[in-house]
This record gives sequence, C-alpha cells and structure tokens, in this order.
Amino acid sequence: MKNFGFSLSKDRQIDFDKSDKRIMDFVKIEEPTFNICIACGTCTATCSAGNFTEMNLRKMITLIKRGEITGVRAELSKCMLCGKCSLACPRGVNTRNVIFKINQALEKYSL
Amino acid sequence: MNRKRVIVIGGGIAGMESAANLASMGYDVTLFEKSQELGGHLLGWEKLFPTMRMGKDVVKFLDKGVHLAKVNIVKNSNITNASKNGNLFTVSCGDGAKYESEALVLATGYDIFDAKRKEEYGYGIYDNVITSAELEEIFLSGKPLLTTKGEIPKRVGIVHCVGSRDEKVGNVYCSKVCCVTAVKQSIEIKEKIPDSNVFCFYMDLRMFGMHFETLYKQAQEKHAVNFIRGRLSEACENMDGSLLVKVEDTLAGKPLRMSVDILVLMVGMVPSEGTKKIGTMLGMNFGANGFLKSQDQHTMTSISNIPGAFFAGCCGSPRTINNVFADARSAAMMTASYLEAYDIEERITYI
Amino acid sequence: MKAEGKQAIWKEYQKEIADDKYFYVRSCVRQNFFPGSETTFLRILREELGKDIYEHACHTTCTGIGYHGDIVPVDTMMTVVARQFAMMTEAGYENLVPSCITSFGIYTEVMDTWHHFPETEQKVRDYLWKATGREFQIPKNLAHASDIVFKFRKEIAAKAKYQLINKETGKPLKVVEHIGCHYAKMFPDKGIGGAEYPYVLTGMIEEWGGEVIDYPERRHCCGFGFRQYLVQANRGYSMSCSHKKFESMKPYQPDLILTNCPGCPMFLDKWQYAIAELEGKTYGANGQGIPVFTYEELAGLMLGYNPWDLGLQMHQVSCEPLMDKIGIEYNSETKYHDKNGNSLGVPEKPTVLKVSL
Repeated sequence: MKNFGFSLSKDRQIDFDKSDKRIMDFVKIEEPTFNICIACGTCTATCSAGNFTEMNLRKMITLIKRGEITGVRAELSKCMLCGKCSLACPRGVNTRNVIFKINQALEKYSL
Repeated sequence: MNRKRVIVIGGGIAGMESAANLASMGYDVTLFEKSQELGGHLLGWEKLFPTMRMGKDVVKFLDKGVHLAKVNIVKNSNITNASKNGNLFTVSCGDGAKYESEALVLATGYDIFDAKRKEEYGYGIYDNVITSAELEEIFLSGKPLLTTKGEIPKRVGIVHCVGSRDEKVGNVYCSKVCCVTAVKQSIEIKEKIPDSNVFCFYMDLRMFGMHFETLYKQAQEKHAVNFIRGRLSEACENMDGSLLVKVEDTLAGKPLRMSVDILVLMVGMVPSEGTKKIGTMLGMNFGANGFLKSQDQHTMTSISNIPGAFFAGCCGSPRTINNVFADARSAAMMTASYLEAYDIEERITYI
Repeated sequence: MKAEGKQAIWKEYQKEIADDKYFYVRSCVRQNFFPGSETTFLRILREELGKDIYEHACHTTCTGIGYHGDIVPVDTMMTVVARQFAMMTEAGYENLVPSCITSFGIYTEVMDTWHHFPETEQKVRDYLWKATGREFQIPKNLAHASDIVFKFRKEIAAKAKYQLINKETGKPLKVVEHIGCHYAKMFPDKGIGGAEYPYVLTGMIEEWGGEVIDYPERRHCCGFGFRQYLVQANRGYSMSCSHKKFESMKPYQPDLILTNCPGCPMFLDKWQYAIAELEGKTYGANGQGIPVFTYEELAGLMLGYNPWDLGLQMHQVSCEPLMDKIGIEYNSETKYHDKNGNSLGVPEKPTVLKVSL
C-alpha cells in the first residue's frame, strides 16, 4: 500500500440500509413511548448533564432511531438519572426509562 | 313567483354544498359539472382524515342536499363562455345552451400538482414512485399495495410538500392537507401491511386541525410510523427497482440515504384549469399564487371583485373538507345577501 | 425504469445549437489531462463534417478555476470573458464553442448576469476598453463542444467504423455517462435534456450502439472541486466522491464511462489507481479498472482513428480490453511512441490495478 498523504474520507452520510438498529428495536418494544418523541428538545434544554457536557438526549434518540450508535455508551454515562427530562417532556415519553432501556440494550448486545 | 336565479359552476364539495344551501333558501339554482358525476376529487378518496370515515358518506350527504333542494344539474357541461352583462350573468355551453342568472358562485376547485415537475423525484420515470392520489385510488379499489414486480413492500417512503412550499416549481404556499394525508395514509399502509416500515420525510408537520395531532400521535404510538425531518434532494432507482432516497436528517444533523420499495409523493394543490379559464372569462381577480382573490383576506372572504360573483372552496386556496363546507355555506350566505340587497361592505340593506 | 418518462423530459430541454462557423476556445487543463481530445474534436469537425471552426492563438483561460477557487474576483473573470468575446468578434464569428464545462458554465453565467443586469455589462465593457481598447459582441449562440458532437452524432454514426457493441456477444456495451456539474446544474435549461436526466452523452451512446446505465449515484459530482483537489490534504475528499460513484456503479458492470468535462475523466480515471493502491479495490473485470473516455476520444474510436493519436496511452485505466471487446484494431508496439516513432518510455506498473503496458 502506498502513502499519498491523503486517504478516503469517512462517509458522513447515514446509510440506513446498513446501520445498526438493535438498540432501537429493543427500546421500541421495552419502552413504547420511545416512538412518540417529536424531537422538540425540551429534555435536552433541561438536562443537568446537557448543560455541562455534550450529552444531548434528543439527538441521541434520533441517532439511535437511525441506527447510528457509535458513542452512545459514552454519552449516556454522563446522565445523572435526575428525571427532569421525564418531568419536562410534553409528549409523555418516559425518557428516564428510555435511558435505562438503552443501557440494557448496550449490555445485551455488548455495544 | 319569479324566483331569482343563481348559477353555480363546479360540482365538487363546494359547488354542491353552496348550491344546496341556495336552493333550500328558495333560489332557482343551476349547478354545472364538467364530468358525468357530482362529487369532484372526493370521489377518488376512500377514507377521510382525521376520523377515517368513508368519503362516499360525505358524497351521499352532499347528493341528498342537492336533490332534496331541487337544484338543476347540468352534467358533462362544457362551458365555452361566462360573462356579466348589466346585472345578468350568462353562461354558454358547448351544446349551444345558454343560461342566465342574477348571481354566480364559482366552485371550480383545484388540480393536483403534476409530480413530473419535480424531476429529481423521478415520477413517471422510476417504476415505484407514485402520488398520494394514486395511493388513494389503490385503497379505493380494494387492491393490495404492491411494487411493480408484484411484491409486498417492506419499506414505504412518503415525501411531504411535493409541489408545495417550493419556489423552484413556483408554488410558495402550503397546500394544508398533505401533512395530515401523509399521516392518514401511513396508518392505512400499516393497517394493511403491519410488517412494513413507513417513513415520512417532512419539513414541518402542520397538524393544524383539531384532531390532526391526535392522529399523528396515533401513527407514532400505535403504528410505529417513522418521521424524519428533512426534504428529499433526489430519488434514484436501485438495481432491484427500489428507490434510493437522499435526505438530510436535520435533527441528527447528517445526510442520510435509505432504500424504499415504494415512494409516495404527497402532491399539493394548484389552481385548477377550470378556475383559470372561467375566472378569466368573468374578469375575476387572481392572487399572487394563482388562486381567486377575495376582496379582503379577513372580512370579504368568498367575495370577488365582480358584484354578484362569489367563490367557494379550493378555487380560492387549498382547504380541508370541513373548511370547504364552511366556505361553501358562507358563499351561499353572501350570495343570498347580495340578492336581498344587503351591501356587505357598507353593512346596510337597500330597500 | 420507464424510457418514455425520460424522453418526455428530454423533449422539454431542447437547445439551439449553431450549424457551422464556430469560434473554439480550449480548456486550460485538457491538453495535459487527455491531450488528444481537442485535436480530435477539430479533426472530426473539419475533416468528417466539413465545418468552419476557428481558434485564436491569443485566447486565454476563462479564469474559471481561479474564480471557483476564490482567487479571481468576479469583475476580473468577466473582463477576461469579455476579451474572449472580443477576439471572437474580431475574427468574424458569432458562435462560441468552449471545450471546457466550467468555461461553458462561466460563459453562461456571465451572459445570464448581463442579461439581468445590463449595467454590469456596461461596466465590463468599460473595463475591457480601458485595459485593451477592445470591443465585443455577445455570442449569438453558445454551445459546449459536447453539444456540437451531440448535434452531429448521427453523421458520426454514419461514418463510424465501429459500434459500441460487444463483438463476441453482439450485445450493446453498458455505458455510464457522467456529466460535468457546470454543464446544467446551475442553468438546467442550457443543457440538452436538463440537469436531472441530461441527454447530451446519452444521445451519443444510444446513437453509437451502446446502452446507458442509470445507477443511484449518477448525479453525484466526480469530486474535482478545484480547491479540493488542488490542496493535497483535501484530495481524500475529492477521491471519496469518485469512490462513492464507483461503489454505486460497480454492480451494473459497466464497460466504460463517458464524460464531457475536463476534470471528470481525469479523476474518474486516476482515482481508480489511487483507490486500488490505498484500498486494494478495483472496479472492472479481472482486477482492471473501468476505462474512462472523453466524448471526442469515443467519437474518434468509433470513426476508426488510431487510438494512440487519440491519446489513449495517457489513460491510467487501460483501454485495450475495451477495444478488444469492440474489435478495434490497434498496435501495442507503438503505444508509447511519439509521432516520429521515438520511444516515450513506459510507465511504471501499479501494484494493484491491472494494466496493459
């Protein structure tokens, strides 16, 4: 292999046909309110962790639904489980349980 | 008794309902319909949002109104001229017949946006790209939704705002009904093919009607319909005849591509050819978007620039069915007021 | 896919192309990238079609590369364009034919700008007068050189010695057509067939016996992108664009790629080498690449011109397997000889990509 001083760039495009939807499929069954999120961001606005770290529950839920799961474990570890997101959600998503279930899926599939 | 006459042009919801209302008030009403059947676009619709009641129930209700009030009906009408001379409106048909009246209601409706104009979505080119109207025809026919190869689709993509909110095609307005139609049709697809996955690609979800939001939540909660915020830049055909769609998932902040077996385009409403033709014959004013223009957006709805000529329904702007009913009755009311010498602008009756 | 759907769109995007008396403006880079192409174009027009096509020795770059690379200001670019127009006017021509797609885009953009803002045109006329004392007429007809070949595709087919047909199977060759971005993406109605389903190359391929492949990433850019390629650190991004296209077209097993832009054939050809070296991946049969042609080269091949006069020895992906498929005669001995028969030297063999030397 030669070294040209450049290489193929990583494709930023989400390839939905190939992405990993195991966490999504697990959480959808275990906590069905996961489906009714409208990505309004109220959870992230109030998130204790999100105010000081890159943790963004709204975005994480969206990415899990697209099968983009790299970094979910690290992101989720910042959550303090205070429950404010569940309190704030206007749609009735049980966000606290969604977080538990994402964690379970991470363990189940060793992700 | 020498009854005052009203001509209503267009036999869809707006025309039928305004005709029925005017006739029931005692006017001599003649309703013109260009096709052989009354009902307009509603005839092509199986179930209606947000209640999922049958479209034909509403047609039946409208038919009853028109018949009991003894509206004169001219079907297969080919209107060649419409004009106002003095205080009389004259309408001539292709068969040589001439009709006169003291007032006129235009209810010539909308046309469906020609999806071929969004070239990048490949309608008319790629096998499995269909419009929301065609999907509705499939539902109405009772046939199953299949790909052109005869397979049950595993994934269906639904594209919102096709021909609406799009400067590129010259339609900057929202067609109002497409978002909720997408939600309704997603639910119907999931009911018919529970194993399928349905993806709606939207810019905003405009769930403005009283029960629309409930229907949307039902689509998510009960049917696991997926909503992805982002507008398609293009669709391409894969080797197996499925479609590769490209979109930015604007909530994930990343471009996304996925294959779908069938792509449904939510086609919007455009001013109908009939509206343009007859509105122009009468000298009616058109607004910037090509629909008929009322004398005032807030206070003079249904009222055209021609005294005695009124309009109802989607020839004025895209509307939902319940809005069309309200508008048709309002136009009937305004027509009757005019015939009874009430000056709506000055708010006095001349006796 | 429904052919009639595309045909309906092609009908909507027709364009007027002058019949004769062309003022030809060359590309800055093509003579290095694919050195036989422009010469072949002139030869076909003059010798096969008997057309009057003129080029001026003092013609310069249109500055498109600098303009798109953010180093040439728009006023400078327009003044240089005005100077080309002046040379055309002085030579007594009215029909401008640029060889380069980006030049075609630049001329189209300038003419459109002046159409909408006559005061800008006047300003540029003043600049040109002050700088050079020249005056000019705006071209009556602007057509890219590929538009001209498209216009005469039937005449070329009538004189052709070969067709895009596999001589063993008798079946049409499968061709990927790749249109330069600046051909129609900015001004769809200035391109034959529009921007979404361009017909300019498809028309040639169909006329010359081939079959066009429509693959999902057909509309994607080759990745040239001026700045992206010019800066070494950015080249991975440029190469990734071509890579995306190769991955998408590979399952269709194309026999060749046809292009109408200076940059696209360069990158679609050379990146196949780079990707093979970096990723170990090739896209043609038996470890070979997919050969890439300019439309002039392909027209020349169909007409039976010597492939080494067309410059095919300068391609990274070898053209011999394709010529063998069609049954085109060539002499391997003279591949790397100059016009006088002297050896030019033989290129180094790549480690991964299989080539014919």
